[in-house]
Amino acid sequence: MQRGISYTQSFFTLLQRDLRIAVRHRGDIFNPLLFFIMVVTLFPLGVGPEPQMLSRIAPGIIWVAALLASMLSLERLFKADFMDGSLEQMLLSPQPLPILVLAKVIAHWLLTGVPLILIAPLLAVLLNLEQNSYGALMATLALGTPVLSLLGAIGVALTVGLRKGGVLLSLLILPLYIPVLIFATSAIDAAGMNLNYGGQLAIIAAMLVGSLVLAPFAIGASLRVSTN
Amino acid sequence: MWKWLHSYADPEKAYNLSSKLLPWFSLLALLFISVGTIWGLMFAPTDYQQGDSYRIIFIHVPAASMSMAAYMGMATAAFIGLVWQIKAADWVAASIAPIGAVITFIALFTGATWGKPMWGTWWVWDARLTAELVLLFLYLGVISLYASFEDKVLAARAAGILAIVGVINIPIIKYSVDWWSSLHQPSTIKITEKSSMSSEMLYPLLINIVGFGLMIGAITIVRFKSEILARNGMRPWVRALAKQEGVS
Amino acid sequence: MTDSHPTTLVSADALTCIREERILFDELSFDIQAGDIVQIEGPNGAGKTSLLRIIAGLSRPYAGEVLYQGDNITRCRDEFNEDLLYLGHLAGVKSELTAEENLNFSLRISGYDEFEPREILSKVNLTGFEEALAGHLSAGQHRRTALARLWHTNCRIWILDEPFTAIDKKGVEELEQLFLAHADRGGCVIMTTHQDMSKIGDDKLRKIKLDYRFV
Repeated sequence: MQRGISYTQSFFTLLQRDLRIAVRHRGDIFNPLLFFIMVVTLFPLGVGPEPQMLSRIAPGIIWVAALLASMLSLERLFKADFMDGSLEQMLLSPQPLPILVLAKVIAHWLLTGVPLILIAPLLAVLLNLEQNSYGALMATLALGTPVLSLLGAIGVALTVGLRKGGVLLSLLILPLYIPVLIFATSAIDAAGMNLNYGGQLAIIAAMLVGSLVLAPFAIGASLRVSTN
Repeated sequence: MWKWLHSYADPEKAYNLSSKLLPWFSLLALLFISVGTIWGLMFAPTDYQQGDSYRIIFIHVPAASMSMAAYMGMATAAFIGLVWQIKAADWVAASIAPIGAVITFIALFTGATWGKPMWGTWWVWDARLTAELVLLFLYLGVISLYASFEDKVLAARAAGILAIVGVINIPIIKYSVDWWSSLHQPSTIKITEKSSMSSEMLYPLLINIVGFGLMIGAITIVRFKSEILARNGMRPWVRALAKQEGVS
Repeated sequence: MTDSHPTTLVSADALTCIREERILFDELSFDIQAGDIVQIEGPNGAGKTSLLRIIAGLSRPYAGEVLYQGDNITRCRDEFNEDLLYLGHLAGVKSELTAEENLNFSLRISGYDEFEPREILSKVNLTGFEEALAGHLSAGQHRRTALARLWHTNCRIWILDEPFTAIDKKGVEELEQLFLAHADRGGCVIMTTHQDMSKIGDDKLRKIKLDYRFV
């Protein structure tokens, strides 16, 4: 009996499994996206339709809505696996837990983060975002949403065994989202004023690298506590 | 280090050690805080720009600096608990959290009170106040995560992981908030450089900072002791202790 | 126990488990040798599942340690996991995936890369159901999907929590035979069950008894 599965292979095995399950369960993909669109549409109704004001606050609105949508969609990340026992099997697998966890988070990001990035320009039109800011919007979302998924997954892993997850989860992870929010919105603002926003992007990229390296370990340790 | 820590991993030994340390911490805390506060509020000179309203710094600055230090302490304890699997260290972390939150709240409240005469409004999105507010959120997250678990041994481990994640993020959050804020007050106490404060003001302030640290230590010890008793209620040594104290 | 040279696979050293302020067991120690079939006995709530989860390394004991060939399992987790097959109450079968996909996944995640899933499924009488979503299978078939892993493994330590649940009489006998063969090959089985076993006699079965404690 050969046991020759490499780390890469086990990563893709899990990634493929999660994508397949999600395709058979499509609602989970669209609900966070709808939520994202709804939140963004509420703002013009709340603050008035003046184009100048909207374009001034558009980066903040889109990013805050993205934070909330990402957090809400993450809640289900480990729940199903926890309920049916597959999470235990992953913890007991001879493959390193951080790799498996990373596969799950990336699968989740592909399913919820990427659609969000794709729909964002459309919402930016509704909010009258500055012409020059579109590139920065896409770049910050592309670099920033994986950070949100990775950081958020730590909170989800800590609360997966608890009955009341939702509100607690927001208290745990929203403070951790603050730096991403600050640098992302400021990059978009800078782009709108035709300024160089490479610095902000570099910082978000650094946060992405940092969380890619560290978060899987924190998520793994949290899952071991949660399934105890 | 490991050996030394491990001898106190035993709850009974940790309990006895904290009983011995408690009177020292409480007496010294009382002494330092009384000296610092009385000196600061009554004898330190009046500031030529802010008048007497500046005197709130004798509470605000110690609370603000200790709120961060308490978080570091909590995360260090949690880290020891995680790496060496020492339950008592997790309990120390869980005991610090509520105290840290209260100290952070005091720092925020006194900061806002100080802001009223200075800026003419209770709240401005000043970098320090904002960072303090985020710190309060981090504390509240740890506390409510701890409260959500029914099994308190697990609760302390989970809260510990969150504290460690938080401590890695604090410098990033602090940096980003500083960067974001244009209303930035330069730090007034620098240990290496010559202080911009007069020494008449500086000494009571430093004394109070030490006093606040000791006070946090004392309250942590009290909470840690009750935590040990609560987790080990079924152990013979706790029962013997209860009998000795006249509780049945 | 000194007659031959039994290899100790797993041992418990002074395990204490406390749940919701109640001591489930205190200072529990035992050794499990290659060739042992061990049944953990006790009434509901005595801590059988907790004990199995502690041995598997899923739960951390309040005090004491679990040793795998003499090393604490938290210090040699990868080697231990490589040698461990654990099936809990909930066996980790995804209802959105077919029986075959489920087996594929669980074997690959355990590191096996060359196997014939249909052949393995035929050993648990699931021929013809390979393409059926696990959510549409009966409780017994669902359980068999999980148990199929036992027919393709080189792990020596099997920890099984109520493996016979929802399995018919014939299936139980087949499993018992599998356990005996596994023990003969130098493996060990640690399990809980409330069912009587016909093939595994009392001479082959070791029992560890847990009592319900009120303190």
